[in-house]
Amino acid sequence: MNVFKADDPLLQVHNVPRYYGDRIGCTDVSFDLWPGEVLAIVGESGSGKTTLLNCLSTRLAPTAGAIEYRMRDGSMRNLYQLSEAARRLLMRTDWGFVHQNAADGLRMNVSAGANVGERLMAVGDRHYGKIRETADDWLGRVEIASDRIDDDPRSFSGGMRQRLQIARNLVTHPRLVFMDEPTGGLDVSVQARLLDLLRRLVADLGLSVVIVTHDLAVARLLSHRIMVMRHGRVIEAGLTDQVLDDPREPYSQLLVSSILQV
Amino acid sequence: MPVRLYLNSVGKSFTMHLQGGTVIPVVENVEFSVEAGECVVLGGPSGAGKSSILKMIYGNYRCDQGQILVTVGDEIINVADAEPRQVLRLRDNTIGYVSQFLRTIPRVSAEEVVAEPLIAQGTSEAEGLDTARSLLSRLNVPERLWKLPPATFSGGEQQRVNIARGFIAHYPILLLDEPTASLDAANRAVVVRLVEEKKAKGVAMVGILHDEDVRQEIADRIIDVTGFSADVAA
Repeated sequence: MNVFKADDPLLQVHNVPRYYGDRIGCTDVSFDLWPGEVLAIVGESGSGKTTLLNCLSTRLAPTAGAIEYRMRDGSMRNLYQLSEAARRLLMRTDWGFVHQNAADGLRMNVSAGANVGERLMAVGDRHYGKIRETADDWLGRVEIASDRIDDDPRSFSGGMRQRLQIARNLVTHPRLVFMDEPTGGLDVSVQARLLDLLRRLVADLGLSVVIVTHDLAVARLLSHRIMVMRHGRVIEAGLTDQVLDDPREPYSQLLVSSILQV
Repeated sequence: MPVRLYLNSVGKSFTMHLQGGTVIPVVENVEFSVEAGECVVLGGPSGAGKSSILKMIYGNYRCDQGQILVTVGDEIINVADAEPRQVLRLRDNTIGYVSQFLRTIPRVSAEEVVAEPLIAQGTSEAEGLDTARSLLSRLNVPERLWKLPPATFSGGEQQRVNIARGFIAHYPILLLDEPTASLDAANRAVVVRLVEEKKAKGVAMVGILHDEDVRQEIADRIIDVTGFSADVAA
């Protein structure tokens, strides 16, 4: 399987800054993302990685610059010149957003099946039996047993909630998924299972992913390319194993050398 | 035979910012080429930069100076300044790397680990797994282990899983990073056979092999890396 199917980028980011008053959230960020490519944004807390992710996913308007996205019809559109309705449709169908805290991405008071089915209804599915069947199939793909379909996520463990959130995001076959520390706050064994699941799903579905993580092991396992951020700027970028095995910038070297060996 | 790989004035050093910016020169003016069906072995003491040269060819280490030219069909790609996605494409279809150390992934079975590069090149999953099993069997990995993730295997078993993974797919260029280190005689002989089969298929290989017997058997040419030492040149 070739990782990159198309020669045209899916997302193009041109000189995007975001300021909070005088303070820099992130600045001078430019990159292209290709179909099927997983890009990890790494750095310490406060480095601007979440600000950038929020700008990319239209959750936070950048102060300047342009972010262009290739729509399903092949045209490149500036995300912040789309109508609010068009942007919301994009977020509900063509994109996914996996939050660190599953409760932020789920509706905690409706059933697991409804959490998954809701996104299908948003794209126009109306047939109850079919929606339930698809939801059940997706719960299976994220290793949630069928007999939990009517339970609400409050009764789920942290790992299960996270897997449910992933199913909810992927059910509409998005082309681009944003992930904010998807394995943060989980036990290591739960983390390993989730990572393996993510790795398979991303490869099988040919997803493009922008993943924010402070865990370099997660970046190594999931991503093709890495951007190291510090003080709101991208200080080093490149092939994941090249940046991790041969880091060039002082801060990248510090990050890599700070990993504990097990 | 056509040249598959050409290193032209390749140089590399490491700057250790955490050690006060100490610059460690590795190699300078590395210059050699490898033809299809040829196995070139890099010689020289440890620390001479053999591994760094292999890693630069694979795009794992950055190449500071010079060019690393790889023939892909009618095209020539310079790994030293290729885009990340070009390098990844090269690794899918053109350059293979057989190393001693397996990077295990939780929950992925040995046979899947081995089959993955072949499936990535478009072989069906069933055929990929079949080929994987026959390679594991040739390398004497016990059948009871095939369905298990290799994280719990012994060092030698993991190494053989990784060798199977490295040899399973067809790459016009194959890099061998001490594939026979710490193998017993029987398994060393299997690796020698695998290398001979690749040669017969026209694969260009660059290897690091400390085992004198294996080296005698498979090397068409030995290049002494100390000739590229940055210290000597300085």
